Amino acid sequence: MIILENVSKKYSSGNPALENINLHIEKGEFVFIVGTSGSGKSTLIRLLMKELEPTSGKIYVNQRFLNKIRRSKLCNLRRDIGAVFQDFRLLEDRSVYDNIAFAMKVVEAPTKKIRPQVLSMLSMVGLLDKYGKFPKELSGGEQQRVAIARALVNNPAILLCDEPTGNLDPENSWEIMKILEEANNRGTTVVVVTHNIEIVEAMKKRTVTINNGTIISDVKAGGGVIYEN
Amino acid sequence: MKISSMGYCMKQGVKNIHRNRMFSFASIITIAACIFLFGAFFAVVMNFRFMFAELEKNLCVTVFFTEGISDEEITKLGENIRIRPEVDRLEYTSADEAWENYKAQYFEGYEAAADSFGDDNPLEGSSSYEIYLKDASKQEELVTFLKGLDGIRQVNYSASTANNLSDIAVLIGYVSITIIAILLGVSIFLISNTITIGVSVRKEEIAIMKLIGATDTFVRAPFIVEGIIIGLIGSAIPVAILYFAYDHVIEYIAARFTLFGSSSWFLSSYDIFRYLIPVALILGIGMGFIGSRITLRKHVKI
Ligand SMILES: Nc1ncnc2c1ncn2[C@@H]1O[C@H](COP(=O)(O)OP(=O)(O)OP(=O)(O)O)[C@@H](O)[C@H]1O
Ligand SMILES: [Mg+2]
Repeated sequence: MIILENVSKKYSSGNPALENINLHIEKGEFVFIVGTSGSGKSTLIRLLMKELEPTSGKIYVNQRFLNKIRRSKLCNLRRDIGAVFQDFRLLEDRSVYDNIAFAMKVVEAPTKKIRPQVLSMLSMVGLLDKYGKFPKELSGGEQQRVAIARALVNNPAILLCDEPTGNLDPENSWEIMKILEEANNRGTTVVVVTHNIEIVEAMKKRTVTINNGTIISDVKAGGGVIYEN
Repeated sequence: MKISSMGYCMKQGVKNIHRNRMFSFASIITIAACIFLFGAFFAVVMNFRFMFAELEKNLCVTVFFTEGISDEEITKLGENIRIRPEVDRLEYTSADEAWENYKAQYFEGYEAAADSFGDDNPLEGSSSYEIYLKDASKQEELVTFLKGLDGIRQVNYSASTANNLSDIAVLIGYVSITIIAILLGVSIFLISNTITIGVSVRKEEIAIMKLIGATDTFVRAPFIVEGIIIGLIGSAIPVAILYFAYDHVIEYIAARFTLFGSSSWFLSSYDIFRYLIPVALILGIGMGFIGSRITLRKHVKI
């Protein structure tokens, strides 16, 4: 599903952010990516969405060879991927319902399918009763659940999350993780960047640790995280 | 793009204009100024061309014959003239008719004075041909030919009024093209600025759209719609103003300058606007389209 071969990324300034990364993620996996601040986790996520180009190495996502995708075909890759960020990235001028429906309009989904699909996503993240609210009227945890619903509404093969619980308290963080696990159980491949070691330890999922731009450990059932934050 | 998506993009385009009222308004005003001038010059030039054509129709060269010429010789001359390609038709005026016309024109109310000439025709020997031309520009050529003929005493023709008129029309054409070109540039620049602001206001939304997997076309369409609507409104306003003002202006000019004694010297508003309306609308829409297109090429990349 996701393959990185000898991938390096060097920003124009300074040291390489990622160096010689080799990583395989199978269809249906749930993978945590952990590491100190500045170790290159966000860079990795952005490479997978082709927001950045690798300096060297090959990247495959959902059978697409990213190095060769032309700009005009980028939308096809993006439709394979749902993305969730620490800062939610919701549209403030639109209701919860419209934020999610927007994602379907953007990919020109059939109008008839939009309403039932949005409602089913809202019920999955437990926000059916908040569909008419605006992002400002929601708690951080609720906003992140809306963002996850938006990321999943077009049934992407892969869900990439960059610190989805970075702004949330433990209780809300757990709720988010449960929703991500639920999505994974339905068949979506999930990659989660996080600093929340407690959750990583508890969930017993595959955990990849990055330090200083290189993978220093890749543990099948989690728990064995060796770094200090 | 799907029909439902088109509807969505249209709505977003209209919203853009609304959100971005000040700049949209400024763009509409400059386009309107540009199209207004274009329309005004268009009407003036069309009218000049119309007058020029009318003048051509009435343009004639008059020839008088040498004294003592016989009727047969006059007929023969007439035949020689008639066969020339630039000649449309020929009218013969005898000396008696000339005198009658003269009396009617200059002795009106003084018939007694005219009668004092008795049966003498003071215009004896003033029989003439009036030669009407098909093509006014061939006038000089014809005059040279006529002067070279035997039996012709004098050739009268009104020097190049027609040529002067066409020169003026050409000059007006050049001046108006220059001014319109400048305004066109300013309009496109302003539309482009308006769209740039629209893009920056919606930067976040555009970023999310791209993240989710919107096609370039889908991201750009609302801004293209915005440009086209601005262009459409900007051209519809001046065309409407010109349409309602046209007849009044023509009336005013006809009344003010006796040279144009009647409004039959001018084109009807139908004749002007059946060309001006489509041309102006296409121009306005085109400017809107180009203005947003060049901006998007610069600013909206995935
Ligand atoms: N746009 C950029 N230009 C230059 N350098 C950058 C850029 N983005 C990140 N970097 C550098 O690349 C390195 C890795 O950054 P990255 O954001 O991937 O780290 P991270 O693991 O996501 O950190 P955090 O946990 O704080 O989010 C850092 O040293 C950072 O300063
Ligand atoms: Mg990061």
